Amino acid sequence: MSVVRWDWIGRHLGDIGAQLLQHVELTAFALFFGFLIAFPLALGAIRWPRLYAPSLALTGILFTVPSLALFILLIPFTGLSIATSLIGLTIYTLLILFRNIVEGLRGVPHHVVEASRAMGYSRGRQLFAVELPIALPVIMAGVRIAAITTIGLVTVTALIGQGGLGQLFITGFTLHFTTPLLVGFVLSILLAVTVDLSLVALLWLLTPWQRGRRA
Amino acid sequence: MSSKDVPARYMTWRRLWPAGLCLLVAPAAFALGMKDDHANIVSQVFYWFADPRHWQGTDGLVHRIGQHLYYVVVSTVIAAAIALPLGIGLGHWGRGGLLAINVANIGRAIPSFGLIILMFLLVGFGFMPVLVALVALAIPPMLTNSYVGMQAVDPAVRQSAKALGLTGWQQLWQVELPIAIPLVMAGVRTSAVQVMSTATLAAYVGLGGLGRYLIDGLAQQQLVQVVGGAIAVAILAVITELTLAGVQRAVTPGGLKS
Repeated sequence: MSVVRWDWIGRHLGDIGAQLLQHVELTAFALFFGFLIAFPLALGAIRWPRLYAPSLALTGILFTVPSLALFILLIPFTGLSIATSLIGLTIYTLLILFRNIVEGLRGVPHHVVEASRAMGYSRGRQLFAVELPIALPVIMAGVRIAAITTIGLVTVTALIGQGGLGQLFITGFTLHFTTPLLVGFVLSILLAVTVDLSLVALLWLLTPWQRGRRA
Repeated sequence: MSSKDVPARYMTWRRLWPAGLCLLVAPAAFALGMKDDHANIVSQVFYWFADPRHWQGTDGLVHRIGQHLYYVVVSTVIAAAIALPLGIGLGHWGRGGLLAINVANIGRAIPSFGLIILMFLLVGFGFMPVLVALVALAIPPMLTNSYVGMQAVDPAVRQSAKALGLTGWQQLWQVELPIAIPLVMAGVRTSAVQVMSTATLAAYVGLGGLGRYLIDGLAQQQLVQVVGGAIAVAILAVITELTLAGVQRAVTPGGLKS
C-alpha cells in the first residue's frame, strides 16, 4: 500500500474543500475579533501607560495557557460549539496583536505626530491618517505571526469537534490511514505560507512609500 | 522583510497582580456564567484536586506531572542543542541568516498535532513521534532569537573587541554572547512554554503526561477530570514561564539590565 492513495483524495474532494473552508473561516474570524479587541486595548494602553503592564501580563497569561486546556475550560460555557473554538483562538491572537500594535504606534516619531497636530488634524484623523500608516509594518508583523499561529491551532480544535483540516488528522488517526493525514498536513502548511505571503503583499500594497528602501 | 518578533518583556511576579486578581475573580465568574446543571462544577473540581487518590499512583497527578516535565525537558534540550549553536554561529559569522529565518518561519507553519499523528502512523507507538514533533516545534523560536540576538550586537562593540586583540572565539564568548543572551533566553522561554502546551497532545497517541486527563476525560465525558487536568497544565505552564523569566533575568549581564 502506498503512502498516498490518490483515489481516496479524488473521492473526498468535497469534504476536503469544506474543511479547508472552515479552517480559513475560523482563522479569519479569530484574527478579526482579536484585532477588534486588541486595537482599543492598545490605544488605551498608549493613552494611559499604567494600563500597559497589566494588559500585557493578562494577555501573556492567557497566551501561556495550553490551547487544548483553554478550549476545554470554555466548554462549560459554550459547549462543543464553534463558539468555543472561536473564543479560544481569538484569545490566542490577543498577546501578539496587542504587543505589536502598541510597539508600532509607540515607534511613530514624535515630530511627525506634532506636525500633523500643527496642521490642524483632529485626534482621530491623526491616528488613522498619520500614526497607523507609519505603524503598519510592525502591526503587520504581528498579524503575520498571529495568522500562522492560529492556522496551526485551528487543527487542535478538532479534538473538541471543530477543527477544519484538523478533522482530517483525526480521520487519519482513527482509520490508521496516512492519506487524509498527509492531505491535511500539506494543506495546512500551504495555507499558512499562502496567508503569510498574501499579508506581505498586502503590506507592500498599503505602504507605497516604503518600497525600494527596505533593508 | 520586517518579520521580527518584538522581544518579549520580562514577565515577573511583580507584574502579575492582575493575573492574581483574575484567579480570584475567575471562579466566581465561572460559577455565575454557568447554567444550573454546571453550577457546582467549581466545587467538584476543587474536591477533585483535594482528593489524595488523584495525586497518587500511575494515574496520579504527581506521576503525570513527572511524565509531562520529562517530555518537555528532553525535547527542549535536544532542540536547544540543535538550534542554539546554529543560530549563534550564523549570527556571529553573519552568513546564511536569511535562509535560517525563512526555514524557521516555515517551521512555525507545521501543525504539531498533525506531525505527532503522522509520525505515530509512520513509526508506531512510543516517545519518538512526540519527540520529533516537539523538537520541530521548539527549534524555530530558539533559532530565530539567537540569530537576531547575535546580529543585533552593535558593530562598534565588535570593532572594539577586535581592536583589543580578542580572537574570534573570545569575541564570540566574552563579548557578543553576553550581549545577545537576553534574546537567546527569550527564545528558549518561548519554545519551552510552547512545548509545555503541546506535550498535552502526547496523550492522544497513547503516551502519558497531563494530556491524559484532557483526552480521557473528553472521551469519557468526565467534565470534572477534564477541567481539573486543564487547570493543572495551565498552572504548570505559567510556573514554567515565570521560572524561565527569572532565569533570563539572572543570566542577563548587570550592565544590560534596565
